[in-house]
Amino acid sequence: MTGFFEDIGRYTVRVVNSTGLLCAMLLKSFLYIFTPPRLNIRNVFKQMEFVGVQSLFVVILTGSFTGMVLALQSYTALKRFGAESMVGPTVALSMARELGPVLTGLMVAGRAGSAMATELGTMRVTEQVDALFTMGVNPMKYLVVPRVLAGLLMLPLLAIVTDFVGSVGGYMIGVKYLGINSGVYIGRTLDYVTTGDIFEGLIKSLFFGLIIAITACYNGYYATGGAKGVGKAATSAVVMGCVLILVSDYILTSIMM
Amino acid sequence: MIEINNLRKSFGAKVILDGVNLTVQKGKITVIIGRSGEGKSVLIKHLIGLIKPDSGEIILDGRDITSISEKDFNTVLGRFGMLFQSAALFDSMDVAGNVGFALREHTSLSEREVMDKVSEKLRRVGLTGVERMMPSELSGGMKKRVGLARAIIMDPEIVLFDEPTTGLDPVMSDSIGDLILETQRQQKTTYFVITHDITLTYKIADTIAMLHKGRIIESGTPEEMKASANPVVRQFIEGRAEGPIKVA
Ligand SMILES: Nc1ncnc2c1ncn2[C@@H]1O[C@H](COP(=O)(O)OP(=O)(O)OP(=O)(O)O)[C@@H](O)[C@H]1O
Ligand SMILES: [Mg+2]
Repeated sequence: MTGFFEDIGRYTVRVVNSTGLLCAMLLKSFLYIFTPPRLNIRNVFKQMEFVGVQSLFVVILTGSFTGMVLALQSYTALKRFGAESMVGPTVALSMARELGPVLTGLMVAGRAGSAMATELGTMRVTEQVDALFTMGVNPMKYLVVPRVLAGLLMLPLLAIVTDFVGSVGGYMIGVKYLGINSGVYIGRTLDYVTTGDIFEGLIKSLFFGLIIAITACYNGYYATGGAKGVGKAATSAVVMGCVLILVSDYILTSIMM
Repeated sequence: MIEINNLRKSFGAKVILDGVNLTVQKGKITVIIGRSGEGKSVLIKHLIGLIKPDSGEIILDGRDITSISEKDFNTVLGRFGMLFQSAALFDSMDVAGNVGFALREHTSLSEREVMDKVSEKLRRVGLTGVERMMPSELSGGMKKRVGLARAIIMDPEIVLFDEPTTGLDPVMSDSIGDLILETQRQQKTTYFVITHDITLTYKIADTIAMLHKGRIIESGTPEEMKASANPVVRQFIEGRAEGPIKVA
Protein backbone atom coordinates (compact mmCIF):
# COMPACT_ATOMS: atom_id res chain seq x y z
CA MET A 1 0.00 0.00 0.00
CA THR A 2 2.81 2.41 0.81
CA GLY A 3 4.22 1.54 -2.60
CA PHE A 4 1.04 2.85 -4.19
CA PHE A 5 1.24 6.20 -2.40
CA GLU A 6 4.93 6.43 -3.12
CA ASP A 7 4.15 5.96 -6.81
CA ILE A 8 1.52 8.69 -6.70
CA GLY A 9 3.95 10.97 -4.91
CA ARG A 10 6.72 10.30 -7.37
CA TYR A 11 4.38 10.82 -10.29
CA THR A 12 3.15 14.12 -8.86
CA VAL A 13 6.69 15.36 -8.33
CA ARG A 14 7.53 14.44 -11.89
CA VAL A 15 4.52 16.23 -13.34
CA VAL A 16 5.14 19.37 -11.28
CA ASN A 17 8.81 19.26 -12.19
CA SER A 18 8.27 18.96 -15.92
CA THR A 19 5.52 21.57 -15.94
CA GLY A 20 7.95 23.91 -14.23
CA LEU A 21 10.69 23.18 -16.78
CA LEU A 22 8.27 23.71 -19.65
CA CYS A 23 7.03 27.03 -18.29
CA ALA A 24 10.58 28.16 -17.64
CA MET A 25 11.50 27.31 -21.20
CA LEU A 26 8.50 29.26 -22.45
CA LEU A 27 9.38 32.34 -20.41
CA LYS A 28 13.05 32.19 -21.28
CA SER A 29 12.40 31.83 -24.97
CA PHE A 30 10.41 35.06 -24.94
CA LEU A 31 12.99 36.80 -22.80
CA TYR A 32 15.85 35.72 -25.04
CA ILE A 33 14.21 37.28 -28.09
CA PHE A 34 15.04 40.68 -26.69
CA THR A 35 18.22 40.12 -24.69
CA PRO A 36 21.68 40.35 -26.28
CA PRO A 37 23.47 38.83 -28.12
CA ARG A 38 21.37 39.46 -31.18
CA LEU A 39 19.17 36.67 -32.39
CA ASN A 40 20.49 34.69 -35.32
CA ILE A 41 17.94 35.71 -37.97
CA ARG A 42 19.17 33.12 -40.43
CA ASN A 43 18.16 30.37 -38.01
CA VAL A 44 14.72 31.89 -37.64
CA PHE A 45 14.23 31.88 -41.41
CA LYS A 46 15.48 28.33 -41.65
CA GLN A 47 12.90 27.22 -39.09
CA MET A 48 10.16 29.25 -40.74
CA GLU A 49 10.92 27.50 -43.99
CA PHE A 50 10.86 24.16 -42.23
CA VAL A 51 7.62 24.74 -40.32
CA GLY A 52 5.84 26.77 -42.98
CA VAL A 53 6.94 26.04 -46.50
CA GLN A 54 7.56 22.37 -45.96
CA SER A 55 4.15 21.87 -44.36
CA LEU A 56 2.37 23.55 -47.24
CA PHE A 57 1.68 20.44 -49.26
CA VAL A 58 0.18 18.41 -46.44
CA VAL A 59 -1.87 21.39 -45.27
CA ILE A 60 -3.29 22.01 -48.75
CA LEU A 61 -4.18 18.36 -49.09
CA THR A 62 -5.98 18.06 -45.75
CA GLY A 63 -7.58 21.49 -46.08
CA SER A 64 -9.11 20.90 -49.48
CA PHE A 65 -10.47 17.47 -48.67
CA THR A 66 -11.94 18.72 -45.41
CA GLY A 67 -13.66 21.56 -47.27
CA MET A 68 -15.01 19.09 -49.78
CA VAL A 69 -16.40 16.69 -47.21
CA LEU A 70 -17.86 19.57 -45.22
CA ALA A 71 -19.78 20.66 -48.31
CA LEU A 72 -21.19 17.17 -48.78
CA GLN A 73 -22.15 16.77 -45.13
CA SER A 74 -23.69 20.19 -44.66
CA TYR A 75 -25.60 19.78 -47.92
CA THR A 76 -27.14 16.54 -46.63
CA ALA A 77 -28.13 18.24 -43.40
CA LEU A 78 -29.26 21.60 -44.78
CA LYS A 79 -31.35 20.05 -47.56
CA ARG A 80 -33.67 18.66 -44.90
CA PHE A 81 -34.94 22.11 -44.12
CA GLY A 82 -34.47 23.51 -47.57
CA ALA A 83 -31.47 25.66 -46.82
CA GLU A 84 -29.05 24.31 -49.43
CA SER A 85 -27.94 27.84 -50.22
CA MET A 86 -26.28 27.97 -46.78
CA VAL A 87 -23.66 25.35 -47.67
CA GLY A 88 -21.15 28.06 -48.55
CA PRO A 89 -21.26 29.94 -45.24
CA THR A 90 -21.33 26.68 -43.30
CA VAL A 91 -18.16 25.45 -44.94
CA ALA A 92 -16.38 28.78 -44.68
CA LEU A 93 -17.36 29.38 -41.06
CA SER A 94 -16.34 25.90 -39.95
CA MET A 95 -13.04 26.26 -41.72
CA ALA A 96 -12.24 29.75 -40.48
CA ARG A 97 -13.35 29.39 -36.88
CA GLU A 98 -12.47 25.82 -36.13
CA LEU A 99 -11.14 23.36 -38.63
CA GLY A 100 -8.59 25.56 -40.35
CA PRO A 101 -6.57 26.30 -37.22
CA VAL A 102 -7.11 22.93 -35.54
CA LEU A 103 -6.38 20.74 -38.55
CA THR A 104 -3.32 22.80 -39.40
CA GLY A 105 -2.17 22.55 -35.80
CA LEU A 106 -2.58 18.80 -35.67
CA MET A 107 -0.89 18.23 -39.02
CA VAL A 108 2.06 20.48 -38.19
CA ALA A 109 2.40 18.90 -34.74
CA GLY A 110 2.67 15.53 -36.45
CA ARG A 111 5.06 16.67 -39.12
CA ALA A 112 7.22 19.50 -37.77
CA GLY A 113 6.76 18.88 -34.05
CA SER A 114 8.04 15.33 -34.16
CA ALA A 115 10.92 16.32 -36.43
CA MET A 116 11.92 19.17 -34.12
CA ALA A 117 11.85 16.92 -31.07
CA THR A 118 13.92 14.31 -32.89
CA GLU A 119 16.47 16.87 -34.00
CA LEU A 120 16.90 18.48 -30.59
CA GLY A 121 16.83 15.10 -28.85
CA THR A 122 19.59 13.81 -31.10
CA MET A 123 21.61 16.94 -30.44
CA ARG A 124 21.14 16.42 -26.71
CA VAL A 125 22.14 12.77 -26.53
CA THR A 126 25.13 13.22 -28.85
CA GLU A 127 26.44 16.11 -26.71
CA GLN A 128 25.88 18.72 -29.43
CA VAL A 129 23.86 20.78 -26.97
CA ASP A 130 26.78 20.61 -24.52
CA ALA A 131 29.14 21.58 -27.32
CA LEU A 132 27.09 24.72 -28.00
CA PHE A 133 27.34 25.65 -24.35
CA THR A 134 31.11 25.12 -24.22
CA MET A 135 31.50 27.41 -27.22
CA GLY A 136 29.84 30.18 -25.28
CA VAL A 137 26.50 29.97 -27.06
CA ASN A 138 23.32 29.74 -24.99
CA PRO A 139 21.80 26.51 -26.33
CA MET A 140 18.28 27.45 -25.37
CA LYS A 141 18.49 30.75 -27.15
CA TYR A 142 20.18 29.25 -30.17
CA LEU A 143 17.90 26.24 -30.55
CA VAL A 144 14.55 27.02 -28.96
CA VAL A 145 13.89 30.68 -29.78
CA PRO A 146 14.00 30.32 -33.59
CA ARG A 147 11.63 27.36 -33.41
CA VAL A 148 9.17 29.12 -31.15
CA LEU A 149 9.19 32.18 -33.40
CA ALA A 150 8.71 30.01 -36.46
CA GLY A 151 5.73 28.29 -34.84
CA LEU A 152 4.17 31.59 -33.85
CA LEU A 153 4.61 33.19 -37.25
CA MET A 154 3.92 30.29 -39.57
CA LEU A 155 0.86 28.65 -38.03
CA PRO A 156 -1.46 31.60 -38.71
CA LEU A 157 -0.19 31.76 -42.29
CA LEU A 158 -0.75 28.06 -42.76
CA ALA A 159 -4.21 28.36 -41.21
CA ILE A 160 -5.10 31.02 -43.79
CA VAL A 161 -4.00 28.65 -46.53
CA THR A 162 -6.13 25.88 -45.03
CA ASP A 163 -9.12 28.22 -44.75
CA PHE A 164 -8.70 29.21 -48.36
CA VAL A 165 -8.22 25.79 -49.93
CA GLY A 166 -11.00 24.44 -47.71
CA SER A 167 -13.39 27.05 -49.03
CA VAL A 168 -12.31 26.40 -52.59
CA GLY A 169 -12.85 22.68 -52.03
CA GLY A 170 -16.30 23.40 -50.63
CA TYR A 171 -17.10 25.58 -53.62
CA MET A 172 -16.03 22.93 -56.08
CA ILE A 173 -18.27 20.33 -54.47
CA GLY A 174 -21.13 22.72 -53.73
CA VAL A 175 -21.26 24.36 -57.14
CA LYS A 176 -19.79 21.87 -59.59
CA TYR A 177 -21.06 18.66 -58.03
CA LEU A 178 -24.15 19.53 -55.99
CA GLY A 179 -25.32 22.19 -58.41
CA ILE A 180 -25.73 25.15 -56.09
CA ASN A 181 -25.74 28.42 -58.00
CA SER A 182 -22.26 29.91 -58.02
CA GLY A 183 -23.44 33.47 -57.34
CA VAL A 184 -25.60 32.32 -54.45
CA TYR A 185 -22.80 30.24 -52.98
CA ILE A 186 -20.27 33.07 -53.00
CA GLY A 187 -22.83 35.75 -52.09
CA ARG A 188 -24.09 33.88 -49.05
CA THR A 189 -20.56 33.12 -47.93
CA LEU A 190 -19.63 36.80 -48.07
CA ASP A 191 -22.88 37.76 -46.31
CA TYR A 192 -22.32 35.54 -43.31
CA VAL A 193 -18.59 35.23 -42.79
CA THR A 194 -16.95 38.24 -41.11
CA THR A 195 -13.33 39.16 -40.74
CA GLY A 196 -13.88 38.60 -37.01
CA ASP A 197 -14.43 34.90 -37.67
CA ILE A 198 -11.20 34.65 -39.57
CA PHE A 199 -9.39 36.69 -36.95
CA GLU A 200 -10.54 34.40 -34.13
CA GLY A 201 -9.19 31.44 -36.06
CA LEU A 202 -5.88 33.16 -36.48
CA ILE A 203 -5.61 33.92 -32.77
CA LYS A 204 -6.15 30.24 -32.13
CA SER A 205 -3.49 29.21 -34.59
CA LEU A 206 -1.05 31.60 -32.96
CA PHE A 207 -1.49 29.68 -29.73
CA PHE A 208 -1.29 26.35 -31.53
CA GLY A 209 2.00 27.37 -33.14
CA LEU A 210 3.41 28.20 -29.74
CA ILE A 211 2.18 24.91 -28.29
CA ILE A 212 3.67 22.85 -31.11
CA ALA A 213 7.07 24.52 -30.90
CA ILE A 214 7.37 24.55 -27.14
CA THR A 215 6.25 20.94 -26.59
CA ALA A 216 8.60 19.77 -29.33
CA CYS A 217 11.52 21.77 -27.96
CA TYR A 218 10.83 20.76 -24.39
CA ASN A 219 10.71 17.05 -25.16
CA GLY A 220 13.75 17.14 -27.41
CA TYR A 221 15.87 19.48 -25.33
CA TYR A 222 15.52 17.41 -22.19
CA ALA A 223 15.70 14.00 -23.88
CA THR A 224 17.80 11.34 -22.15
CA GLY A 225 18.69 7.75 -22.83
CA GLY A 226 20.18 7.46 -26.29
CA ALA A 227 18.33 6.64 -29.49
CA LYS A 228 15.40 5.16 -27.58
CA GLY A 229 15.03 8.36 -25.59
CA VAL A 230 14.96 10.38 -28.80
CA GLY A 231 12.16 8.21 -30.17
CA LYS A 232 10.23 8.67 -26.96
CA ALA A 233 10.76 12.42 -27.12
CA ALA A 234 9.26 12.56 -30.61
CA THR A 235 6.24 10.55 -29.58
CA SER A 236 5.66 12.62 -26.45
CA ALA A 237 6.03 15.81 -28.44
CA VAL A 238 3.26 14.80 -30.84
CA VAL A 239 0.92 13.44 -28.18
CA MET A 240 1.46 16.37 -25.83
CA GLY A 241 1.16 18.85 -28.69
CA CYS A 242 -2.09 17.40 -30.04
CA VAL A 243 -3.72 17.07 -26.62
CA LEU A 244 -2.79 20.62 -25.67
CA ILE A 245 -4.06 21.92 -29.00
CA LEU A 246 -7.47 20.33 -28.52
CA VAL A 247 -7.77 21.38 -24.88
CA SER A 248 -6.70 24.94 -25.54
CA ASP A 249 -8.99 25.02 -28.56
CA TYR A 250 -11.97 24.51 -26.28
CA ILE A 251 -10.75 27.09 -23.80
CA LEU A 252 -9.99 29.68 -26.47
CA THR A 253 -13.32 29.12 -28.18
CA SER A 254 -15.26 29.57 -24.98
CA ILE A 255 -13.33 32.73 -24.13
CA MET A 256 -13.80 34.33 -27.55
CA MET A 257 -17.47 33.37 -28.00
CA MET B 1 46.78 26.46 -13.22
CA ILE B 2 43.60 24.69 -12.21
CA GLU B 3 43.09 23.34 -8.73
CA ILE B 4 40.28 20.94 -7.94
CA ASN B 5 39.48 20.78 -4.24
CA ASN B 6 37.36 18.10 -2.66
CA LEU B 7 34.91 17.91 -5.54
CA ARG B 8 31.80 15.84 -4.83
CA LYS B 9 28.94 14.82 -7.07
CA SER B 10 26.16 12.28 -6.74
CA PHE B 11 23.34 11.43 -9.12
CA GLY B 12 20.45 10.40 -6.91
CA ALA B 13 21.89 7.95 -4.43
CA LYS B 14 24.82 7.09 -6.69
CA VAL B 15 28.06 8.77 -5.61
CA ILE B 16 30.20 9.46 -8.66
CA LEU B 17 32.85 11.90 -7.40
CA ASP B 18 33.71 11.42 -3.76
CA GLY B 19 36.16 14.19 -2.96
CA VAL B 20 38.42 14.66 -5.99
CA ASN B 21 41.64 16.61 -5.36
CA LEU B 22 43.84 17.44 -8.31
CA THR B 23 46.18 20.13 -9.60
CA VAL B 24 46.42 20.72 -13.33
CA GLN B 25 49.71 22.38 -14.28
CA LYS B 26 49.71 25.27 -16.70
CA GLY B 27 51.17 24.52 -20.11
CA LYS B 28 51.37 20.80 -19.41
CA ILE B 29 49.42 17.72 -20.45
CA THR B 30 47.58 16.11 -17.57
CA VAL B 31 46.01 12.73 -18.27
CA ILE B 32 43.28 11.23 -16.12
CA ILE B 33 42.98 7.47 -16.40
CA GLY B 34 40.30 5.28 -14.97
CA ARG B 35 37.85 2.56 -15.86
CA SER B 36 34.69 3.05 -17.89
CA GLY B 37 31.89 4.47 -15.81
CA GLU B 38 34.20 5.76 -13.07
CA GLY B 39 33.03 9.30 -13.70
CA LYS B 40 35.78 10.64 -15.94
CA SER B 41 33.34 12.39 -18.24
CA VAL B 42 31.48 13.74 -15.22
CA LEU B 43 34.75 15.19 -13.89
CA ILE B 44 35.66 16.90 -17.16
CA LYS B 45 32.17 18.33 -17.49
CA HIS B 46 32.57 19.99 -14.10
CA LEU B 47 35.60 21.87 -15.37
CA ILE B 48 33.62 23.51 -18.14
CA GLY B 49 30.46 24.15 -16.14
CA LEU B 50 28.23 21.58 -17.82
CA ILE B 51 27.67 19.95 -14.45
CA LYS B 52 27.53 21.75 -11.12
CA PRO B 53 29.16 19.99 -8.16
CA ASP B 54 27.32 19.16 -4.93
CA SER B 55 30.29 20.59 -3.07
CA GLY B 56 33.94 21.43 -3.58
CA GLU B 57 35.80 24.01 -5.64
CA ILE B 58 37.50 24.39 -8.98
CA ILE B 59 40.01 27.23 -8.72
CA LEU B 60 41.13 28.80 -11.97
CA ASP B 61 43.71 31.55 -11.45
CA GLY B 62 42.60 32.13 -7.89
CA ARG B 63 38.87 32.13 -8.60
CA ASP B 64 36.35 29.43 -7.82
CA ILE B 65 34.56 28.92 -11.12
CA THR B 66 31.82 26.73 -9.67
CA SER B 67 30.20 29.64 -7.89
CA ILE B 68 30.59 32.61 -10.24
CA SER B 69 27.75 34.28 -12.12
CA GLU B 70 26.59 33.06 -15.50
CA LYS B 71 27.95 36.18 -17.16
CA ASP B 72 31.42 35.82 -15.63
CA PHE B 73 31.38 32.19 -16.53
CA ASN B 74 30.99 33.09 -20.18
CA THR B 75 34.37 34.83 -20.11
CA VAL B 76 35.81 31.76 -18.41
CA LEU B 77 34.38 29.60 -21.20
CA GLY B 78 36.29 31.68 -23.72
CA ARG B 79 39.51 30.32 -22.25
CA PHE B 80 38.43 26.70 -22.75
CA GLY B 81 38.06 24.43 -25.73
CA MET B 82 36.64 20.94 -25.55
CA LEU B 83 36.81 17.82 -27.66
CA PHE B 84 33.89 15.57 -26.77
CA GLN B 85 33.95 11.82 -26.48
CA SER B 86 31.64 11.51 -29.48
CA ALA B 87 33.21 14.58 -31.19
CA ALA B 88 29.72 16.16 -30.97
CA LEU B 89 29.96 17.79 -34.39
CA PHE B 90 26.81 19.66 -35.38
CA ASP B 91 25.35 17.35 -37.98
CA SER B 92 23.30 20.09 -39.59
CA MET B 93 26.49 21.91 -40.62
CA ASP B 94 29.42 21.01 -42.84
CA VAL B 95 32.98 20.80 -41.53
CA ALA B 96 33.72 24.47 -42.15
CA GLY B 97 30.50 25.43 -40.40
CA ASN B 98 31.51 23.37 -37.40
CA VAL B 99 35.11 24.51 -37.14
CA GLY B 100 34.28 28.16 -37.76
CA PHE B 101 31.22 28.17 -35.53
CA ALA B 102 32.71 30.06 -32.58
CA LEU B 103 34.36 32.59 -34.90
CA ARG B 104 31.04 33.34 -36.56
CA GLU B 105 29.25 33.62 -33.23
CA HIS B 106 31.80 35.65 -31.30
CA THR B 107 33.88 37.66 -33.75
CA SER B 108 33.11 40.03 -36.57
CA LEU B 109 35.59 38.49 -38.97
CA SER B 110 34.59 38.46 -42.62
CA GLU B 111 33.52 35.18 -44.19
CA ARG B 112 36.86 35.05 -46.01
CA GLU B 113 38.89 35.50 -42.83
CA VAL B 114 36.81 32.83 -41.11
CA MET B 115 37.44 30.39 -43.95
CA ASP B 116 41.17 31.14 -43.88
CA LYS B 117 41.35 30.38 -40.17
CA VAL B 118 39.23 27.27 -40.61
CA SER B 119 41.52 25.93 -43.31
CA GLU B 120 44.58 26.75 -41.24
CA LYS B 121 43.28 24.83 -38.21
CA LEU B 122 42.17 21.94 -40.38
CA ARG B 123 45.68 21.78 -41.84
CA ARG B 124 47.05 21.70 -38.32
CA VAL B 125 45.03 18.59 -37.58
CA GLY B 126 46.12 17.03 -40.85
CA LEU B 127 43.04 17.59 -42.97
CA THR B 128 42.74 19.37 -46.30
CA GLY B 129 39.86 19.78 -48.70
CA VAL B 130 37.22 18.56 -46.27
CA GLU B 131 35.59 21.94 -45.65
CA ARG B 132 32.39 21.15 -47.51
CA MET B 133 31.92 17.61 -46.22
CA MET B 134 29.14 16.83 -43.77
CA PRO B 135 29.91 15.10 -40.44
CA SER B 136 27.99 12.01 -41.54
CA GLU B 137 30.50 11.54 -44.37
CA LEU B 138 33.52 11.49 -42.05
CA SER B 139 35.23 8.50 -40.45
CA GLY B 140 35.60 8.32 -36.67
CA GLY B 141 39.20 9.49 -36.81
CA MET B 142 38.36 12.40 -39.10
CA LYS B 143 35.52 13.42 -36.79
CA LYS B 144 37.93 13.60 -33.85
CA ARG B 145 40.32 15.70 -35.92
CA VAL B 146 37.57 18.08 -36.95
CA GLY B 147 36.45 18.19 -33.32
CA LEU B 148 39.98 19.10 -32.29
CA ALA B 149 40.18 21.82 -34.94
CA ARG B 150 36.89 23.20 -33.64
CA ALA B 151 38.14 23.06 -30.05
CA ILE B 152 41.27 25.09 -30.83
CA ILE B 153 39.80 27.58 -33.31
CA MET B 154 39.68 30.38 -30.74
CA ASP B 155 43.21 29.56 -29.51
CA PRO B 156 42.05 28.62 -26.00
CA GLU B 157 44.46 28.44 -23.06
CA ILE B 158 43.01 25.17 -21.83
CA VAL B 159 41.75 22.29 -23.95
CA LEU B 160 39.78 19.40 -22.52
CA PHE B 161 39.77 16.03 -24.26
CA ASP B 162 37.22 13.38 -23.40
CA GLU B 163 38.63 10.08 -24.69
CA PRO B 164 40.28 11.34 -27.87
CA THR B 165 41.13 7.83 -29.13
CA THR B 166 38.14 5.69 -28.18
CA GLY B 167 36.87 3.73 -31.14
CA LEU B 168 39.92 4.36 -33.31
CA ASP B 169 42.40 1.82 -34.66
CA PRO B 170 45.90 1.80 -33.08
CA VAL B 171 47.53 3.62 -35.98
CA MET B 172 44.91 6.36 -35.96
CA SER B 173 45.15 6.53 -32.16
CA ASP B 174 48.89 7.05 -32.41
CA SER B 175 48.48 9.81 -34.95
CA ILE B 176 45.91 11.53 -32.72
CA GLY B 177 48.54 11.29 -29.97
CA ASP B 178 51.06 12.98 -32.25
CA LEU B 179 48.53 15.65 -33.05
CA ILE B 180 47.88 16.33 -29.38
CA LEU B 181 51.60 16.71 -28.76
CA GLU B 182 52.15 18.95 -31.78
CA THR B 183 49.23 21.27 -31.14
CA GLN B 184 50.11 21.51 -27.47
CA ARG B 185 53.79 22.31 -28.05
CA GLN B 186 53.13 25.02 -30.58
CA GLN B 187 51.14 27.14 -28.18
CA LYS B 188 52.12 25.80 -24.76
CA THR B 189 48.46 25.20 -24.06
CA THR B 190 47.20 23.41 -20.94
CA TYR B 191 45.76 20.08 -22.02
CA PHE B 192 43.52 17.98 -19.79
CA VAL B 193 42.97 14.55 -21.28
CA ILE B 194 40.71 11.77 -20.12
CA THR B 195 41.31 8.29 -21.41
CA HIS B 196 41.62 4.62 -20.65
CA ASP B 197 44.13 4.20 -23.46
CA ILE B 198 47.40 3.42 -21.67
CA THR B 199 49.55 3.63 -24.80
CA LEU B 200 48.27 7.13 -25.48
CA THR B 201 48.76 8.07 -21.85
CA TYR B 202 52.47 7.21 -21.87
CA LYS B 203 52.91 8.93 -25.19
CA ILE B 204 51.55 12.32 -24.22
CA ALA B 205 51.35 12.69 -20.43
CA ASP B 206 53.42 15.08 -18.34
CA THR B 207 51.34 14.07 -15.33
CA ILE B 208 49.08 11.05 -14.91
CA ALA B 209 46.33 10.80 -12.30
CA MET B 210 44.15 7.81 -11.72
CA LEU B 211 40.47 8.15 -10.86
CA HIS B 212 39.09 5.21 -8.93
CA LYS B 213 35.94 4.92 -6.83
CA GLY B 214 35.33 8.66 -6.99
CA ARG B 215 38.80 9.78 -5.92
CA ILE B 216 42.22 10.42 -7.40
CA ILE B 217 44.06 7.52 -5.84
CA GLU B 218 47.46 8.36 -7.23
CA SER B 219 49.18 10.88 -9.47
CA GLY B 220 52.67 11.51 -10.76
CA THR B 221 54.90 11.49 -13.81
CA PRO B 222 54.69 8.49 -16.14
CA GLU B 223 57.85 7.06 -14.53
CA GLU B 224 56.44 7.42 -11.04
CA MET B 225 53.18 5.78 -12.09
CA LYS B 226 55.02 2.89 -13.73
CA ALA B 227 56.86 2.33 -10.47
CA SER B 228 53.72 2.67 -8.36
CA ALA B 229 53.28 0.23 -5.52
CA ASN B 230 49.51 0.69 -5.49
CA PRO B 231 48.02 -2.61 -6.71
CA VAL B 232 44.99 -0.87 -8.26
CA VAL B 233 47.22 1.38 -10.34
CA ARG B 234 49.47 -1.54 -11.29
CA GLN B 235 46.51 -3.64 -12.40
CA PHE B 236 45.11 -0.84 -14.53
CA ILE B 237 48.30 0.19 -16.29
CA GLU B 238 49.26 -3.42 -16.86
CA GLY B 239 45.75 -4.17 -18.10
CA ARG B 240 45.12 -7.34 -16.12
CA ALA B 241 41.69 -8.80 -15.26
CA GLU B 242 42.84 -10.25 -11.95
CA GLY B 243 43.71 -7.96 -9.07
CA PRO B 244 41.97 -5.62 -6.63
CA ILE B 245 39.68 -4.14 -9.33
CA LYS B 246 36.80 -6.54 -9.73
CA VAL B 247 35.03 -6.77 -13.05
CA ALA B 248 31.33 -7.00 -12.35
N1 LIG C 1 23.48 13.32 -16.02
C1 LIG C 1 23.61 12.15 -15.36
N2 LIG C 1 22.59 11.69 -14.61
C2 LIG C 1 22.69 10.53 -13.95
N3 LIG C 1 23.78 9.75 -13.97
C3 LIG C 1 24.83 10.14 -14.69
C4 LIG C 1 24.79 11.37 -15.44
N4 LIG C 1 25.98 11.51 -16.07
C5 LIG C 1 26.71 10.43 -15.74
N5 LIG C 1 26.03 9.60 -14.92
C6 LIG C 1 26.53 8.35 -14.34
O1 LIG C 1 27.81 8.59 -13.83
C7 LIG C 1 28.65 7.47 -14.04
C8 LIG C 1 29.95 7.90 -14.64
O2 LIG C 1 29.72 8.30 -15.97
P1 LIG C 1 30.85 8.87 -16.91
O3 LIG C 1 30.22 9.13 -18.24
O4 LIG C 1 31.54 9.99 -16.26
O5 LIG C 1 31.84 7.64 -17.03
P2 LIG C 1 33.24 7.60 -17.78
O6 LIG C 1 34.28 7.38 -16.75
O7 LIG C 1 33.38 8.77 -18.66
O8 LIG C 1 33.10 6.27 -18.63
P3 LIG C 1 33.49 6.00 -20.17
O9 LIG C 1 34.93 5.69 -20.15
O10 LIG C 1 32.65 4.83 -20.54
O11 LIG C 1 33.14 7.22 -20.94
C9 LIG C 1 27.87 6.49 -14.88
O12 LIG C 1 27.44 5.45 -14.05
C10 LIG C 1 26.68 7.28 -15.39
O13 LIG C 1 25.56 6.44 -15.44
MG1 LIG D 1 33.20 9.17 -20.62
